[in-house]
Amino acid sequence: MSNLQDFISRQESAIQPLEGKFDMEKWLEKANAFFDLPLRLQSRLIILIAAVLLIPTFIFPLWNMTLYANQFPDGLNLYIYSYTLDGGHPEGRNDLQEINTLNHYIGMRPLLESDFSEFGWIPLMIGIFFILTLRTIVLGKMSNLVDTTVLFMYFSLFSFWSFYNRLYQYGHNLDPKAPVKVPPFMPPIIGSKQLANFTVYSYPGPASYFLVGFLLLLLVSILLSGRHLKKL
Amino acid sequence: MENVRKKIIFKGMISTFGLIGILSLTLFSGCSRKPEVEKGTEKSSTIGAAVASYIAPGDMDEYYLFYSGGHSGNVFVAGIPSMRHIATIPVFSLYPSTGYGFDQETRKMLGEFTWGDVHHPSLSETNGNYDGRWLFVNDNANNRMARIDLRDFKTKQILGPIPNVSGYHGGAFVTPNTEYILAASRFSIPLPKGTYAPIEQYATDYKGVVAGIAVDPKTGEMSVGWQILMPPFDYDLGDAGKGPSYGWAFWTSYNSERATGKLEVTSTQKDRDYIAAVNWKAAEQAIQNGKFKMIGGVKVIDPKEVPDIVYLIPCSKSPHGVDVSPDGKYIIGSGKLQSITTAFNMEKILTAIQNKDFTGNEDGIPVLNYDAVKEAEVNVGLGPLHTQFDDKGYAYTSLYVESAIAKWKLGTWEVVDKIPVSYNIGHLAAAEGDTINPKGKYLVALNKLSHGRHISVGPSQPESSQLIDISGEKMKLLYDAFTEPEPHYAQIIKADKLKPIEVYKKEDNKHPEAIWDVKDAKVERNENHVTVKMIAVRSSFEPWKIEVNEGDHVTIHLTNIEQTTDMLHGFGLNEYNINVVVDPGETKTIEFVANKPGVHPFYCTNFCSALHQEMQGYLLVKPKQSASTGMIR
Repeated sequence: MSNLQDFISRQESAIQPLEGKFDMEKWLEKANAFFDLPLRLQSRLIILIAAVLLIPTFIFPLWNMTLYANQFPDGLNLYIYSYTLDGGHPEGRNDLQEINTLNHYIGMRPLLESDFSEFGWIPLMIGIFFILTLRTIVLGKMSNLVDTTVLFMYFSLFSFWSFYNRLYQYGHNLDPKAPVKVPPFMPPIIGSKQLANFTVYSYPGPASYFLVGFLLLLLVSILLSGRHLKKL
Repeated sequence: MENVRKKIIFKGMISTFGLIGILSLTLFSGCSRKPEVEKGTEKSSTIGAAVASYIAPGDMDEYYLFYSGGHSGNVFVAGIPSMRHIATIPVFSLYPSTGYGFDQETRKMLGEFTWGDVHHPSLSETNGNYDGRWLFVNDNANNRMARIDLRDFKTKQILGPIPNVSGYHGGAFVTPNTEYILAASRFSIPLPKGTYAPIEQYATDYKGVVAGIAVDPKTGEMSVGWQILMPPFDYDLGDAGKGPSYGWAFWTSYNSERATGKLEVTSTQKDRDYIAAVNWKAAEQAIQNGKFKMIGGVKVIDPKEVPDIVYLIPCSKSPHGVDVSPDGKYIIGSGKLQSITTAFNMEKILTAIQNKDFTGNEDGIPVLNYDAVKEAEVNVGLGPLHTQFDDKGYAYTSLYVESAIAKWKLGTWEVVDKIPVSYNIGHLAAAEGDTINPKGKYLVALNKLSHGRHISVGPSQPESSQLIDISGEKMKLLYDAFTEPEPHYAQIIKADKLKPIEVYKKEDNKHPEAIWDVKDAKVERNENHVTVKMIAVRSSFEPWKIEVNEGDHVTIHLTNIEQTTDMLHGFGLNEYNINVVVDPGETKTIEFVANKPGVHPFYCTNFCSALHQEMQGYLLVKPKQSASTGMIR
């Protein structure tokens, strides 16, 4: 602590003469001070909770699409997990197979698990984030926490883009020899859309909420430990 | 939400029907031939009936009704209270609708017969209650017994023709834990089957048989079980004891005169015939102790040599039904040519047996003293046949001659209500009405004649089934339904006791030749045997082309790789008399000899999809080379 107080007092003295003007030097120093901040116990505990939130993402789906039509009043369900694709199974039915069978009429490629490289790298990345958060707790530095958070934001955005792109490709690369010709389309990502006789609903699944929760907890822990800087 | 919706529909219906009622009253009050008051009463009861049996589109029935289909060889499935026919389960007859009897498995099961006569469906029981596992039905014509699995509503086993049993009418009735299914000979013959004896020696050389078909408690697999040699009467209907009568089986018999010829006269001379009471626990034991002889390859007990197994209870003339009360205390027998139904007391039967209170014997089988075992004679009406029970201690007896049902109280033996039916009722079925826990609420009258109750369809008329509300003091007619010939008996089970599957899951398909990927579809030749592994999926067959030579033996293993409900595919082969239907996830095998040269289209017979019509292919049969010239014939 004495080290820190010493540092802060030097900061204060530096502020005095330059009041009212932006000083790049001072800002950088302040930023450095921020990144060097130690993580408080509260923050570390919250980060631990955040790490735990990553575990259910291997159990619950990231995304859920439901296709309703007259002959499917209970809807056909498609679940996208971080590591696989699955359909609903009411009364022994296999919805994924059914969706593929129906899609072949409009020349859409079948949704095959093996076609998705995401099922390899998404679980790997989530595992890496799990380790990074544990590392942050142990090392206890703001810089680690910020690194992890920023990296995670990038990972989320990239994954989302990848998902969007997948859907775009499936809806646009239709076999020209398909028995039923439909104009290329973009399947819904969030919300609903009418596609031929189907109303398709698409919403994030529980795993996505856990990932959002993970991010929010990291941000909260940044705030909690970052607040410390202002106090001084 | 659902309840609110139902209430609204209910209210809407009442007001709609009410309005119709008022309108018709106003319109026809001037020209009605019947008194106005009567018209009004009739109308309001019709409204009540309509509401009570109405199942709104999309809503579900509360009970399943399993009808026997008589000489159609089928079982019919309907819903109660709507009485809507929902499905037909083929059992003993070819049924192109589901491809039954066209694929190898079902062809083998049917054997040499193309029809059967389904009489008495019997739901499997555990502790005297329906357990929803299997439905057993007998074949009166060819002496067979079939098991339908209620998991997929398909016939899984046909046992028979059962040795020695001739005219299998007295079944299927199951014991309280489905240990045995009752079986009996309606037409006594010389035994074993194939033996000749002149008809003049009927009374001595012809034999009746009562039997118990054993059921494997896990798999439902049936085997012949035990048989008992009986005097040459006509064994008619049966029921298994429960509670205090557990371990006993009962059959009615007519023609104790041992008469031949014009039976309507010759077999109706005596005032009493018999109910045969069989201690099946003792029969089981006797077989284990080696007290049997082999007849027709079956272990048969001769009661002359093994006493204490069979007794005869005198019953009023030409009895038809025998039914055990839910508590197992009373055995109800009805003589169809008298107007009384007799309740025998099981306790009294056991006492009479113990005291050897016999009045004679038939071929060594003791006849119990009627007065010692009788509890009551109930004056039900003309032509009593069968009795079923409700949850409030009432019994319901069908009256064939009178065309009515009598409701009477067990214990007080008083007839409390009677309802006319249209017309000539045979069996009747109450909701779980032959179990230890009848549900009450509904009863179905299975009537033999329906004339004038429907728009005419010419001389060949359907049977009529009437739904009757038995929840109140008075029985109320709710609905007239019509079926193809010919329901004899039916059983009613609460719908939630059944959990049918709707798709055969890929992982549960054990057919050794099933394939799931079009890459595995192929045509293989081994000399003159051609084997095809084929896939059916919306909207194509793979392979769609089968090239063979005239005279080749062709085997097609067809897998429907769909995994969604209701996506059936058929395979009809033009002019080869073949049609199979394959359910989602199912594999069926078709075998035939390609003896017709030329090009034969095959196509999907069960409408599947928007491109169903395109689901087709060709069997190309190359004509044989002419032996002398080497030219194609």
